[in-house]
Amino acid sequence: MRHRRLTPSVRPKRGEGGPLAVPHLAVAALLLVLGLVLAPVALAPEALAQEPEEAILGRVFSGGGADQVRYPGVTITAFDADGVEVGTAVTDEQGEAVIPLPGPGEYTAVLDTATLPEGFVPRGDVAERTQNVQAGRTGNALFPLAEAGEDGAAPAVGGGGRSFSDKLSSVPQLFVDGIKLGSIIAITAIGLSLIFGTTGLVNFAHGELVTFGAVVAFFFNASPAGPQIHLILAGLIAIAIGAFGGSGIERTIWAPLRKRGVGLISMLVISIGLSFIIRNVILIIYGGATRPFTNYNIQSQINVLGINIVPRDLAIIGLSFAVLIGIGLMLQRTKIGKALRAVADNKDLAESSGIDVDKVIRFVWLLGGGLSAFGGVLLGSTEQVNVNMGFNLLLLMFAGMILGGIGTAYGAMVGSLVVGIISQVSTAFFSVQLKFVWALLILIIVLLIKPQGLLGKAERFG
Amino acid sequence: MELGNVFIDGMRAALGVEAVVFALAAIGLNIHFGYTGLLNFGQVGFMLLGAYGVAIMARACPDVAATQTAANQIGPCGQPLLYGVILSIVLAVILALLLGGPTLRLRSDYLAITTIAAGEILRFVFRSDTAAPLTNSVFGIQQFAGDFFAINPIPPGNYFGQLNYSHQQLWTMLVGWSLVALLTLWTFLLMRSPWGRVLKSIREDEDAARALGKNVFSYKMQALILGGVFGALGGVFLAMGTQAVAPDTYIPVRTFFAYVIIILGGAGTIWGPIIGTIIFLFLTSGLETLLRELIQGGVISESIIALPEVGPIRFIMVGLMLALLMAFRPQGIFGNKEEMLLDAR
Repeated sequence: MRHRRLTPSVRPKRGEGGPLAVPHLAVAALLLVLGLVLAPVALAPEALAQEPEEAILGRVFSGGGADQVRYPGVTITAFDADGVEVGTAVTDEQGEAVIPLPGPGEYTAVLDTATLPEGFVPRGDVAERTQNVQAGRTGNALFPLAEAGEDGAAPAVGGGGRSFSDKLSSVPQLFVDGIKLGSIIAITAIGLSLIFGTTGLVNFAHGELVTFGAVVAFFFNASPAGPQIHLILAGLIAIAIGAFGGSGIERTIWAPLRKRGVGLISMLVISIGLSFIIRNVILIIYGGATRPFTNYNIQSQINVLGINIVPRDLAIIGLSFAVLIGIGLMLQRTKIGKALRAVADNKDLAESSGIDVDKVIRFVWLLGGGLSAFGGVLLGSTEQVNVNMGFNLLLLMFAGMILGGIGTAYGAMVGSLVVGIISQVSTAFFSVQLKFVWALLILIIVLLIKPQGLLGKAERFG
Repeated sequence: MELGNVFIDGMRAALGVEAVVFALAAIGLNIHFGYTGLLNFGQVGFMLLGAYGVAIMARACPDVAATQTAANQIGPCGQPLLYGVILSIVLAVILALLLGGPTLRLRSDYLAITTIAAGEILRFVFRSDTAAPLTNSVFGIQQFAGDFFAINPIPPGNYFGQLNYSHQQLWTMLVGWSLVALLTLWTFLLMRSPWGRVLKSIREDEDAARALGKNVFSYKMQALILGGVFGALGGVFLAMGTQAVAPDTYIPVRTFFAYVIIILGGAGTIWGPIIGTIIFLFLTSGLETLLRELIQGGVISESIIALPEVGPIRFIMVGLMLALLMAFRPQGIFGNKEEMLLDAR
């Protein structure tokens, strides 16, 4: 059985836990103390330079380049060539642990996989490194981690070595993870789809609206420069700012361009330029790091009908579905919703029957901006905040939108859920690294078989 | 502060190996977007296949006694570079057929989404551990183009004074720009031919072309294949010139750069891709050096723009160029407005 089910989930993040996480504050405090104790050890390499002494420097990280994340609190133990334990250490805030060695020779550093952060396994399932340490040198033992599905339910590489029935038994768990991812995609894709439906614009800058929401929430919630308020409050502010940001972009950029008669393909290219600008402005202000919010990080899993899930993820699914149903009701029952559907269906007919099309489009952007920001807050709370999170989500939004039927709200919802579920469930059978490949392949297959999508109406697309 | 460096860095980038790569990709994209009106946002996928085709064919064969990774290697190795180029072209044709089949009958924005997705699928697959025996995952393949540099007739040394190209770079540039010239000439002849006029008519009004009895789908597919092969040749050059391939070189941003280039130079014009490449790389590299020099010289205070922010500022400028050109001057600097009525229908 996978160990992380048995141990409390400890994420290597600062900050407090939710109400359910109180026992784990003790763990966090313990880690903090350990970190303080180990801090002098972390400075050791410099000392080593002056006074030659052999050591192993273990480093636990995931990702690469600017996206690299280091993990504290992981235990690494060193054994000599005869298998005798020579020392053990816990990684510090830099994800590094130094184990002093008795002398030069061959040593094996072993990762205690039970102490790994939630949702991570050693990349390629390699939990030990053997190093020949020269006299007076420090041997490096690098332990790259990989995400194990969303919930540690599948090992990093291809689910290799597990029996088929084992893989099958992880499907229900991954299905729920997929619903979580899918509902986040759905929330963001509705805006994208409605914008396309009402204006014909394929908005390549939509992913940046997601990132924007997450970063605004990060500022209010976790940034040292911000007010450091609770995530729920910060999220609401982010949604409001995101909504006004969306309608601001419509008023200042798209409405004037439409008025000048700029074509749809030109506008598509302009939206790519816009996405460049927004993403890099965020990069300058927020930086390239991947950082968590301060709330709801450390939670223990609860068991609902045989599925292990942290309350945060359950809340994400609940909130998303509430919002999706709310939007459905809004589209069906309210005046603006009916006007919106009319414009999406036939703009000219809607206009000639007295609907203020410009007002409807502004509303769509307001809605799209707010929903994207909401999606960004949700995504940031489950996967941390990063400048590329939105762009990475954009292709999944496209996949969901096309699968469900481009231009429709309900299609985007259904398609996005399918995309999320397929991405996650695929990790039971195939490599985690390929999980988005399946979603994007579906996009191409749908175009081949049923280009109008699951819920779209058949028309000539040529 | 050396403001002369701005010009030198700009020129070095505008003529160097990177410029050859962008020019080749842009010539291909110009056939797609400029002449036929196809929105291919996955040109980088063709480049990736081109680069890996040559790298995998020509890489060193694993030493039996060597490391674990080498022992796991599968697929061809140690073949002549020319076979690699042929494989690259074949792969590009296959990709074009796979992409074009489902999407060329649909509206152009579908092609845009599908192609950008295809490029990312290829990158995800090539960088995955599953494909590692063939592609060496994120680490990529290095040092496979020794044969190309072995036939370099230019004596060792550095050339063009301050531009300071090595003889190896100069050799790559010489071959590369010759190929650019050749392909430009070919494009010119093609676009003057009846075949090229059909492509333009598809761009202007697809239904009219269809009404005249032209098989629009077939023409679009031919254009997609031809431009894709040009893009793959760009990838071949990037791989050979740097002697390295790695999956994360081939990110969607590269395609967007190619779009800026052809819009800047004038989409649907013969010289557009070349002029666009030179201006684009001169401006972006020059701007980067200018900002660095101004910051290091103390003209711009570190508190306003810090050195690490120069990279993102370069991207912001690219984004601005793309958006402003498309909004206010879609025909580019030298282009003809009549040639750029993309949204006629």
